[in-house]
Amino acid sequence: METIIREGTPKTPYVRLDGENGLVEIKGRSIPENSVEFYKPMIDWLEKYGSEPATATNVNIQLEYFNTSSSKCILDVFKRLELIHKKGNDVEINWYYEEDDEDMFEAGEDYQSIINIPFKMIEMEE
Amino acid sequence: MSFDLDSWYSEKKEGEVILEYNGSITPALITEALDTIESNLNLKNEKNRVRKKVYNVFVECLQNLYHHVDHPPANAPVEQKDNYGIIILSKDGTFYRISTGNFIKKEKLNHIKDRIDQVNSLTDEEIRVLYRDILSNEDFSDKGGGGLGILDIVRKTGNKLEYYFYQFDNEYIFYSLDVYIS
Repeated sequence: METIIREGTPKTPYVRLDGENGLVEIKGRSIPENSVEFYKPMIDWLEKYGSEPATATNVNIQLEYFNTSSSKCILDVFKRLELIHKKGNDVEINWYYEEDDEDMFEAGEDYQSIINIPFKMIEMEE
Repeated sequence: MSFDLDSWYSEKKEGEVILEYNGSITPALITEALDTIESNLNLKNEKNRVRKKVYNVFVECLQNLYHHVDHPPANAPVEQKDNYGIIILSKDGTFYRISTGNFIKKEKLNHIKDRIDQVNSLTDEEIRVLYRDILSNEDFSDKGGGGLGILDIVRKTGNKLEYYFYQFDNEYIFYSLDVYIS
């Protein structure tokens, strides 16, 4: 499985998709005008990965902030991961937020309420 | 009395203006504007939670304009450009205020007004429930949103949106929106 790394830009996050190590990471900010276009390669990668996933998949989401069009795409990423989890594979989402960032905390809670995957909220000190 | 853009401007610029822009709202402009407000000292010295809220809501407001504005009317006292909009971010006392202004065709007025009135009428808990509902159930267009933009702004700021519609001519309305962050 090909490893994909995309460096962050002022509007898009750093992304690492590492099939061998079962690692999915999104970090930074996600505010592109066309989020669907940005997230499509990730969704495609996850679809392929789903047919032959690692025994455990660790998902680290550490976003500074994101726009509403990204929110749906992030949910799509989680839905792909949910399918992998449903097939009996270990998947865990680690949702990082800064200690006083109530918005990012609540966003994590939103996804946690929608998606059926072990979901850990991790507070980071400033 | 006819609509006076200059007096609208001076009203919105009360306080300390951090950024003002009028012209085409493009992806490049949005990047540049964000860069400008990120280097603003007032904001840099804010608590994390306020600073991020301002950035986030500011981007949401600009992208709302980017995706939805109409071409201005031919006789409007502004540059005749596609995606024409105005955005002003200022610090007024204890608040940050983001004001946007743009021309819309008259027939869009009721739709926008109803939407904002609806969101403004909800409690925090109702907003959260509706947000989750739209996020999990509705298809989004390529333009994004799915109607989440306005909802997200009210949720993050915890303040009601203030809007004004000024008749410009028989065909167009000037739509003004104020968002307060504290």
